[in-house]
Amino acid sequence: MRRVNKDQKVRISLTLNGRKMSAETEPRMLLSDFLRHSLGATGTHVGCEHGVCGCCTVQIDGTAVRSCLTLAMQAEDRAVTTVESLAGPGGTLNKLQQAFRNHHALQCGFCTPGILMSFTDFLARNPKPTEEELRDVLGGHICRCTGYAGIMAALKEAAGLTNTNEPTGAKS
Amino acid sequence: MSKRLGTSVARKEDPALLSGHGRYADDLPVPAGTLHAHVIRSPHPHADIVSIDAAEALAKDGVWAVITGDDVRKISDPFLVALKAPIHQWSLAVERVRFVGEPVALVVAENRYLAEDAAELVQIEYTPLEAIIDPVAACKPSAPILHAEANTNEVSVRKFQYGDTKSAFEKADKVVKLTVDFHRLSFTPMECFVAVASYNPANDSYDCMANFQGPFSTHPVMARALRVPGPKMRLRIPPDSGGSFGIKLSVFPYVVLAALASKITGRPVKWVEDRAEHLLAASSGPNRVTEIEAAVTKDGKILGLRMDQLEDYGAFLRAPMPGPLYRMHGAVTGGYDVANIDVINRVVLTNKMPASLIRGFGGPQLYLALERLVQRIAIELGLDHLDVIRRNLVPPEKFPYHAAAGSLYDSGDYPRAVETAIGGGRLDHLKKRRDEARKAGRKYGIGFAVVVEPAMSNMGYLSTLLTPEARDKAGPKNGATSMVTVNLDPLGAVSVTADVTVQGQGHETVLAQIVAEQLGLTPHDIDVTLEMDTAKDQWSIAAGTYSCRFTPGTAVAAHMAAGQIAAKLKGIAAKQLNVLPDDVELVGGKIRSRSNPDNAVSFSRIAGTSHWSPVMLPDGMAPVISETGVWNPPELAPPSGDDRINTSFTYGFVFDMCGIEIDPVTYQVKVDRYVSMHDAGKILNPMIADGQICGAFAQGIAAALYEEFVTNEEGAFLTGTFADYLVPTVSEIPPVELLHMESPSPFTPLGAKGLAEGNCMSVPACIANAIADALGVKDVQLPATPRRIHALMAQHGGVR
Repeated sequence: MRRVNKDQKVRISLTLNGRKMSAETEPRMLLSDFLRHSLGATGTHVGCEHGVCGCCTVQIDGTAVRSCLTLAMQAEDRAVTTVESLAGPGGTLNKLQQAFRNHHALQCGFCTPGILMSFTDFLARNPKPTEEELRDVLGGHICRCTGYAGIMAALKEAAGLTNTNEPTGAKS
Repeated sequence: MSKRLGTSVARKEDPALLSGHGRYADDLPVPAGTLHAHVIRSPHPHADIVSIDAAEALAKDGVWAVITGDDVRKISDPFLVALKAPIHQWSLAVERVRFVGEPVALVVAENRYLAEDAAELVQIEYTPLEAIIDPVAACKPSAPILHAEANTNEVSVRKFQYGDTKSAFEKADKVVKLTVDFHRLSFTPMECFVAVASYNPANDSYDCMANFQGPFSTHPVMARALRVPGPKMRLRIPPDSGGSFGIKLSVFPYVVLAALASKITGRPVKWVEDRAEHLLAASSGPNRVTEIEAAVTKDGKILGLRMDQLEDYGAFLRAPMPGPLYRMHGAVTGGYDVANIDVINRVVLTNKMPASLIRGFGGPQLYLALERLVQRIAIELGLDHLDVIRRNLVPPEKFPYHAAAGSLYDSGDYPRAVETAIGGGRLDHLKKRRDEARKAGRKYGIGFAVVVEPAMSNMGYLSTLLTPEARDKAGPKNGATSMVTVNLDPLGAVSVTADVTVQGQGHETVLAQIVAEQLGLTPHDIDVTLEMDTAKDQWSIAAGTYSCRFTPGTAVAAHMAAGQIAAKLKGIAAKQLNVLPDDVELVGGKIRSRSNPDNAVSFSRIAGTSHWSPVMLPDGMAPVISETGVWNPPELAPPSGDDRINTSFTYGFVFDMCGIEIDPVTYQVKVDRYVSMHDAGKILNPMIADGQICGAFAQGIAAALYEEFVTNEEGAFLTGTFADYLVPTVSEIPPVELLHMESPSPFTPLGAKGLAEGNCMSVPACIANAIADALGVKDVQLPATPRRIHALMAQHGGVR
């Protein structure tokens, strides 16, 4: 691993949502702060800075991690994916995002990016999860608005555990 | 008429929030040269500040200032409070600290990392003083005094008498008494506080941005502290906010602090609170000790009530405190028809973080006491709990109902709500589960809770705190003004602004539904912008998002504004269609003759007329480009001479019923089944309504079983991380079965009431009643943690 002097600024390069980016910063810079303040990717939120709430979850090389417990340097030369990567061309919501909208799985939306990034990873590795497994992974996130009912309904839809047409959500 | 209202229209907010395009306070750009602040906080619950030495910190590169209480005292005034008492609070501690976490100094540097480094170099010397934590002990003459000038910690005592309570108690077959202690907690929004401020010396003005939630009655408090007229304290509120639940009112002292820091440094200053600070010092709901007693007949009729409520606001009273003690005042008899009640309201200060707004706002404290008492009445009279409830509910024929302490309950059918909830085999099922569990030797209990859920506060309710004589002197306070503006653009597009602060309630969607309904458009056609700017948007002191004011207030103002636009567009169209205005309707993007629908013109053409050809308008009509709906219901009168006050505008009804079981190994309270019945009048968007209820339910469970701010006897704060302060995850929240009925409010054109706080009020009471039933105990302290349940069972011989 690269060795640096803690008092010297360093240039950190990584791939963010498919685009190579770099910025100069202090070695102690957290990945969450680096994404938000150095690279301008403010979709990732900071909720507790001690790894409990899950708001700041991003993916590094496809694996969900807490960006508030990760130094920016640890992501050097790696592929970081954030919530900004999820929607398709023209802002079309993907299946998971659309399920969240269908089931009113968000209110203030602050915790939502972290939950989406956790489950984007989890569902890619576990395409046929049980409800218990979904609940277990969601247990790594705190949402204060919804009481989780809408989130569970959305996750079940995204995981194919429920019929999309079940009338739990919105009509438009 | 379109069917936009009352349907689950998908949220307009969602696409941006799901894609990382939200614009929360810390996401917004700040001016070039903005400095960043870090707050140094008191490690002591009570101490004199002897000295602050910042020399070493100031010597560091990139550090601009270390600001202390002495600095802010010179250039600002203490915050105004409703209570006339010498309790002076500035944005930094002056001479003395009174709670752990109190801001003592502000380090301002080129970035946050540097500011935090420099903070470690600031030397602060304290002389610790004895702290007082317990609210009852704080009222004793021997207690250390927090504010010497006030000469007491019990800074307000008011006694209220309604009806003839003395006679009621004399006539009673029995008096049932209970003491109930409601604990401290917060609902910790996931986004913490953010404040940015720039001072402009050219005109002595401040331009501030913060995720403030209102009420905007706090704006004059900030401006006065900064010693400027209101317009010189511009406050902008971002388009998105990461939850609030009442808590983000309490960002206001930090807005003032950032503003002063900008004045001192000559640069814009930004401060972002971190979670440790938030848990330590942001805001707490007040804890309350209630002594309550009922005079009852032997068949369970409540003849009279006496309540002595001692509410603990921590180290300072902040505007608009002591709100929680008075917000429920007119409705203090809850869902029951009780004509005689005496209330004593007492405000005490202790060495804890200041208490302030929190979802439920006085309701959880009131209903825990009242609903536990009703259960005790049943036990002590040997009656069924539900029968005692039935015997005392406000009867449907009495609506609109004048409650003893002044609330005017607008509509409802409480007995029907109760019977509906227990029907469908639901109560039978709970009883079956209970009997089976008890037969097997397990501890199972059934609880009920009755809640009248107020919405949209009367701006005069807090003045009930003052004597009638003092109120007369100060001038009457009352009402609650809501404002919404609907605009037409040159091509006929419709946009809306409103006097709310966004926190996730879906206001953008519901406002679009309401306006679309009036204009014959779809919600998709309506653009709603809800970021606020006090310099340019419409607002009154009632503005903001709190106490469920949106549905009875802002939603009605939107209905009015869109109605005003529609009426004028009909006039314009009538001239062009050559028909009478009464014959014109707005349907499906067209404005047309009712009697001859083929005689039609597009909405956009008529809507653009005032921009392009105002001379063509009907005689005497001013151009129709923007209309503001202003709504102020007359029911919100000031407190009467005999202290009756209609504290809120609409009153919904909630009836909860649950079965719980105590885990015999872990002593956890497990919710077996939970049913919640709501009557909130007309529902504007059922999906959003249920979302609000589910959220409040989860917070009710949190308050009942998990969340508590703990301060030990010496004043040390013990719940400073999310590992100590237990916010429920999905695994801790049981399912809730929601039932609805609709008794439209006769006082609002939409018939809709607030509904987002009821379960914060009902769930703690319902769970506590179920625990009392399961264990056969009188006193149930919340949150009912395994440790507390184990102690209760050990005390009552229930531990194996």
